Amino acid sequence: MSSAMFDLILQATLDTLYMVAVSGVIATLLGLPLGVMLYVTRPRQILAMPVLNQVLGIITNIGRSIPFIILMVAIIPFTRMLVGTSIGINAASVPLTIAAIPFVARLIEGALNEISPGLIESAQSMGATPWQIITKVLIPEARGGIITGLTITLVTLVSYSAMAGAVGGGGLGDLGIRYGYNRFNPTIMLITVVILVVLVQGFQSLGDYLVRKSDRK
Amino acid sequence: MIELSNVSKTYGSGDSAVHALQNVNLTIPKGTIHGVIGLSGAGKSTLIRCVNLLERPTSGSVLVDGQEMTGLRRRELNHARHRIGMIFQHFNLLTTRTVFDNVALPLELMGEKRSTIKNRVLPLLEMVGLADKAKQYPAQLSGGQKQRVAIARALASKPNVLLCDEATSALDPQTTSSILELLRDINHQLGITILLITHEMEVVKSICHRVSLISDGKLVEDAEVGDFFTAPATQLGRDFLNDFLQLSPPKELLERLEESPSEHTHPVVRLTFSGDAVSTPLISRLARECSVDVSILQAKVESIQDRTLGLMIAELLGSHEQTQQAMSYLAAHQLQVEVLGHVQRNV
Repeated sequence: MSSAMFDLILQATLDTLYMVAVSGVIATLLGLPLGVMLYVTRPRQILAMPVLNQVLGIITNIGRSIPFIILMVAIIPFTRMLVGTSIGINAASVPLTIAAIPFVARLIEGALNEISPGLIESAQSMGATPWQIITKVLIPEARGGIITGLTITLVTLVSYSAMAGAVGGGGLGDLGIRYGYNRFNPTIMLITVVILVVLVQGFQSLGDYLVRKSDRK
Repeated sequence: MIELSNVSKTYGSGDSAVHALQNVNLTIPKGTIHGVIGLSGAGKSTLIRCVNLLERPTSGSVLVDGQEMTGLRRRELNHARHRIGMIFQHFNLLTTRTVFDNVALPLELMGEKRSTIKNRVLPLLEMVGLADKAKQYPAQLSGGQKQRVAIARALASKPNVLLCDEATSALDPQTTSSILELLRDINHQLGITILLITHEMEVVKSICHRVSLISDGKLVEDAEVGDFFTAPATQLGRDFLNDFLQLSPPKELLERLEESPSEHTHPVVRLTFSGDAVSTPLISRLARECSVDVSILQAKVESIQDRTLGLMIAELLGSHEQTQQAMSYLAAHQLQVEVLGHVQRNV
C-alpha cells in the first residue's frame, strides 16, 4: 500500500471518529434530558404531565421512524443553515446528531424504567425535590443502563456515519464507496470494513468495562 | 404525635371506585409505638403513606406534631418530611452508594455541609452497629444489615416520627427480633413516635404499646396490646390471635364436634385466662366445687409485655347442669369461656 493510500485511510478513520464523537456527545447532552423527561412526566411519576409526555413520545417516535438515509437528505436545508454546507464531516454530523437524540432518549428512558419504584418512594419520603430525585437517585442508579445505552448509540453511530459517505459525508464509509465501490478496489473496501469492525469492537469493550466497573449490584 | 381524623382514601371513581381507607381516626401520642395490623389488601400500606402524604387522602385531616400535612405546599411538605423518617419492607437503599453515603442522603437533600454530615452519619452507624461497614455497598450486606442502614438513614434528619412499612416482613425470625429490639431502643433513647404496619402478631406483641386492627379500610379495633391479646373485641381480632397462638382443637376432635348439645354430649370449651386468673388454681377448684371432670386437650401460657395470658381447650365432663354451672363458675372468675361445640361421650 502506498503512503498516499495510508494517509487516506488514516484521515478517513479520524473523520469517522470525529463524526461519531461530535454527534455522540451532542446527542447525549440533548437525549439524556429528553429521556429523563419521557420518564418523569409519565402518569403517576414524580413530575406527571400526561399531555407533555404524549407529545414528547410522539416527537421521539417520529424521529426514530424516519430512515437515516432519508433524514440525511431531508434536512439538508437545516444542515446548510447550521454549518454552511451540506457535504463534509461537519455537515454529516448534523443528521447523525438528529437521528441519535431520540435513540438516546428512548434508551435512557428504558434504563430509568429498570429502577425500583421503592427507591423513588423512599427519596420522596425524605423530602427530596423532583430535581434531587433525578440527580441523586434516578441517574446514579441507572448508571449501568445508561452506559449500556450510550455504547449502543456509539456503535449505531459508527454504522450510520458510514452511510453518510453515500452523500459525500467523508469518513470510512465515504472512502469505501469512492475507492472500494466506484473504483472497484477490493483491498480498500476490505480495509475500511476491518477498521469499522475494530472500532465497533473497541466501543463495545470499553462500554462493557465501564458497566462492569459501575455495577454495585 | 400523629393524629388522623376522618381520613378516607378512594382510588378511581363511580362504580370502579376502591375505598382503600374509610373514615380512619387514629391518635398516636408522642413517644409511643403504635402497630396497625391487618391482612394484605386491608389498607395498611395506604394508611401509613397518608401520614407523610406519599398518598394524599381524599378527605380528612393528618396532623403530625400539630402540623396539618394536607394543607402544605410542595416545599413545606418536603420540609415537614424531614421530620418524618420512613423504613420499608425492601429497604430501598441506593445500590450505587456506600453505606455511609446512603445514610448521608437525607442530609445532602437538606443541604447540610460535608463536615456536618460526617459528624452525624458516623454516630448513627455506630448506633445501628454497622460502623465497620461504612465503605461497603448494600449488595455486600445481609437483609438485617440493610434494614439497619435504612434505620440509620431514616434517623439522619432527626425526625420525631418513624414510619415502618412492614419493616421486618422480608427478614427471618431471628433477624426480625434484632431489628425490633433496635426499634425499641430507638424509641426509648430518642423518644421517637413509631407507627408500624405489619401482618405479624409477633411484631405487635414484642414492641407495640397500642395496636389497631384494620379491615377493608376501616379501623375495627384500637386497644392496648395487653388487652388486644387477652380479649380481642372482633372476630378478626380473635382469628389473628388464634392463628398467632396456634391454638385450635385437634383435627380429629373438630370432625366429631356437633353444634348443639344433645343428651350424650359434652361441651368443648376454649378458656382464656388473664390477670389474676392465671395464678389461681381454677381447674382443680372447678373439679371440686362443681363436680365436673376437666379433660385438657391443649394448653398454652404466653406473656404479652407485663401480662400473662393462659389459653386452654378442654372438654368438660359431667351432667348438663354440672357443666353449665362450671361455665358460670369460670365466667365469674374473669375467664373467657367460648363453647366450641359438643362431642359424643367416648364409650
